[in-house]
Amino acid sequence: MAVLIDLVLMGMLAITALRVIFLKDLFAVVMLFSIYSFVSALIFVSLDAVDVAFTEAAVGAGISTVLMLGTLALTGRKEKESKHSSVLPLLVVTVTGAALVYGTLDMPPFGNPENPIHQHVAPRYIEESPKEVGLPNMVTSVLASYRGFDTLGETVVVFAAMIGVLTLLGVRRNEDDGAPESGLQSHRVLHVVAKVVIPYVILFALYVQFHGDFGPGGGFQAGVIAAAAMILYALVFGLPLAQRVISPKFLQILAPLGVLLYASVGLVSMLKGGNFLDYNRLAHDPLHGQHYGIIIIELGVGVTVFAVMLSIFYAFASQAERSNVQ
Amino acid sequence: MSFIVDYYNYWIVVFLMMAGFYIVISANNLVKKIAGLNIFQTSVFMLYISMGKVAGGTAPIVVEGVEVYSNPLPHVLILTAIVVGVATTAVGLALIIRIKRAYGTVEENEFENSDDAI
Repeated sequence: MAVLIDLVLMGMLAITALRVIFLKDLFAVVMLFSIYSFVSALIFVSLDAVDVAFTEAAVGAGISTVLMLGTLALTGRKEKESKHSSVLPLLVVTVTGAALVYGTLDMPPFGNPENPIHQHVAPRYIEESPKEVGLPNMVTSVLASYRGFDTLGETVVVFAAMIGVLTLLGVRRNEDDGAPESGLQSHRVLHVVAKVVIPYVILFALYVQFHGDFGPGGGFQAGVIAAAAMILYALVFGLPLAQRVISPKFLQILAPLGVLLYASVGLVSMLKGGNFLDYNRLAHDPLHGQHYGIIIIELGVGVTVFAVMLSIFYAFASQAERSNVQ
Repeated sequence: MSFIVDYYNYWIVVFLMMAGFYIVISANNLVKKIAGLNIFQTSVFMLYISMGKVAGGTAPIVVEGVEVYSNPLPHVLILTAIVVGVATTAVGLALIIRIKRAYGTVEENEFENSDDAI
């Protein structure tokens, strides 16, 4: 049964990707892309990657679609007919694809427990992490404890991306009172529904943040979900109002603060005589130390991801609004 | 049949990767190129998660009475990659907005022509 679900969902994914190639209407491409994300999230669930599915659903539906739509608002929604012939790209793709398919025949069969990938560090993570780190969710243990360095690096990359976007698009001070009405002022139903839904989304984000040690979830997912709640608010009630609730300036302080919080856990563990990010030294009992360390660094990740996602959205949205005014 | 099931996921991954690759090299519009790049990226995610699956296993969260878990390591790598992916996509889209402002178009052949004019 699980195999059948996998076959069907993978097929749907391939069909969606195929459709994207031939569409000239970029608005439809973005919408298809959102569907594509949801189907991939379903596939991740069926392949047991619940944490990944969580992230993909929140990112695909909440953030990347909105960013792409914001770009389309500025660049136009139609792709022009290309004058280049598509024979050469097709040839290149077919040859590369054939080579890769030939390569897959040497891959170990799907789902076999004897595969090399399951032989090296994975048994250690699966068998020892509940004892060494003390958390039921192995993904969180590996993410925050065993591979803490890696995750710190990822958080810094996310932060760097925010600097990149803000450098390219700039931050506009939104103080001119003559700004036109933005948001969907005339849609009463949306207003009422959004007002009811948003607090629960934020509550859910907090749950995902702090329950990530025990169930699926964690800082990355929580940050994205909370940012999606604020993006919904900005879309429905207008950008100026959203920027009054959480100002861009505040986000610019919040984003580095999360990274610093993460890195300072590493420094504290060094001061206590351990290695960088060695949580065992944080408390007398190594297991307690692991708990403290993971909760704090997950908080750092959540804060940074939230601030970065929201300020990227602010940057795109204020660009789009400015072009509407002109 | 078992041969197909053993390799089906990998073949779909190759197909998605090539679809994304095709869009990147053939599309004229930069926003569509970014969409192609994203499809390419998700195909890699699919490859990793497919490799992490253990037949008969469950999600890697300790539950009493369960012995077989899927491999948590690819999940960790891909989870962070998704968030980093959307952040870098945003940088790409921001570059496109600047290109639009500088050249007045996001169609590749058009701003190549205006480069020649300069």
